[in-house]
Amino acid sequence: MTMLILTLRAEPRQRIDAAPLTPDNLQDKSATEIGNILLQTGNRQLSVGELFDMEGNDATHIVLRGATGKLDFIGRGMTQGQITVEGDAGSYLGMQMNGGRLVVRGSVDAYAACELKNGHVLIEGNAGDFIGASLPGNKKGMAGGVVIVRGNVGDRAGDHLRRGAILIEGNTGDYLGSRMTAGTIGVLGKTGRYVGYAMGRGTLLLAQRPTELLPTFNDCGTHTLGFIPLLLKGFAGLDTPFAGMSDQLKRVRRYAGDMSGLGKGEILVAADA
Amino acid sequence: MNINGVQIDATFAEAFPMRGTRIIITAQNAKWARIAAETMTGFATSVIACGCEAGIERELTPEETPDGRPGVAALIFAMGGKTLAKQVETRAGQCVLTCPTTALFSGLTEGDPIALGKNLRFFGDGFQISKRINGRRYWRVPVMDGEFLCEENTGMVNAVGGGNFLILAESQPQALAACEAAIEAMRRVPNVIMPFPGGVVRSGSKVGSKYKALNASTNDAFCPTLKGQTKTELSSEVESVMEIVIDGLTAEDINRAMRVGIEAACGLGPQNGIRRISAGNYGGKLGPFLFHLQEIMA
Repeated sequence: MTMLILTLRAEPRQRIDAAPLTPDNLQDKSATEIGNILLQTGNRQLSVGELFDMEGNDATHIVLRGATGKLDFIGRGMTQGQITVEGDAGSYLGMQMNGGRLVVRGSVDAYAACELKNGHVLIEGNAGDFIGASLPGNKKGMAGGVVIVRGNVGDRAGDHLRRGAILIEGNTGDYLGSRMTAGTIGVLGKTGRYVGYAMGRGTLLLAQRPTELLPTFNDCGTHTLGFIPLLLKGFAGLDTPFAGMSDQLKRVRRYAGDMSGLGKGEILVAADA
Repeated sequence: MNINGVQIDATFAEAFPMRGTRIIITAQNAKWARIAAETMTGFATSVIACGCEAGIERELTPEETPDGRPGVAALIFAMGGKTLAKQVETRAGQCVLTCPTTALFSGLTEGDPIALGKNLRFFGDGFQISKRINGRRYWRVPVMDGEFLCEENTGMVNAVGGGNFLILAESQPQALAACEAAIEAMRRVPNVIMPFPGGVVRSGSKVGSKYKALNASTNDAFCPTLKGQTKTELSSEVESVMEIVIDGLTAEDINRAMRVGIEAACGLGPQNGIRRISAGNYGGKLGPFLFHLQEIMA
């Protein structure tokens, strides 16, 4: 058995809903059945066989080769297996995913890992706005799992985040962790404006001090918090520098907020940042 | 049977089913982890009046603990699940939450969950923070020295309590020396505790009493001062008897601990006044687990 490789034949003219291409959906299907699956693109449907060259037969690990930003909903609702995207991905990557592993070698568009429930998402490039957020109109964002972004993310990362962790190794846009209910967002790079806007609960763990903090976040002083080594230990084996940052984050400055709302959230900044 | 000149009686120790759990206490250093563990497992020698039986299983290195600090593993046993849950929660709240720099974690992932920090979190008065890490929930409770970190639940499993053996010696100091040697060896066995003071009981009991209100009373057959007054189990040269009681997560764990302990006691031999090893045999009245001394030592 070799992993199922789907190579995009040409750059699509319109965006494609790639949601059906998950291990859950393909693992019991023959090559012919997979080739006949219809994918929505614009106001029509195209078969997998028309869009992709196929090789391999192990659908527990699907490789999307030559992927572009026009492939939306990759890994939507998947619960097991792995999808590797060799290239970029469009919007709603890993939406409502509930298990398994999703790896993107390139960058992704908006709403990646939105309403994620479980599993691991690794984005080696950049991510757009609303990573780990709730869908527009919904109030419950990502509720479990771990998302790692090697590059930068856009605005509103972790909007309405409820549980799980988003680990950002680059910089963030504005409104990081806005309206968070719980969960953890770690950032190694710079953060934009309005960090923690309307945050109810949850933790923002920052390696660098934000250039500005909202006046509705109150300084609680510098502390050694016992949960941080435990939290970072939990990332061991996920190939992220956060796992080895116990020393850097041993002492953190704690800011509580957003006091304009519930005010039970926290921004923890490395004390020597 | 005879080991190093010490007679092993053809009898058995009688033990009973319990419910048990393991908790891990960490602190800024080993000293404070031990203080918390000793406090939490204090007044927990016998379920007869303490509610539970508890003891320190062993000290843990920072590499062995969830938060990378020095720690102590303790085992707690009770006759039923509800009692155990109540005892664990009460003792955690009064002895670990209150102890400087400590954190409290589950030491058993299997079994039925019972509350550890699940309700203690309310001490945080709304300022407590939940963190779910690798599928396990932890509570950060703000306290005056910083934060008390506590796992939500620990696991409760079926266990065995009341494994035991008696050391019969020519004098009180010799009996105690043999007990100390046995306990030192037994403390290296995982999954067991010896809940009595220093691991040793001098007031072994029999089932029942002449007084209706009591369901246990002194084991007169092994009391050296009653040799001429009761149906004694002691020969003329035996002047002191001490007992080691063992609670373990499984019968196999108790078996192993008894073997190690008896070997250590017998190692002192008759030249140090150690004459016999016997056991608390209650004729089937106490419990279904029977630990035959000669089978264990075979």
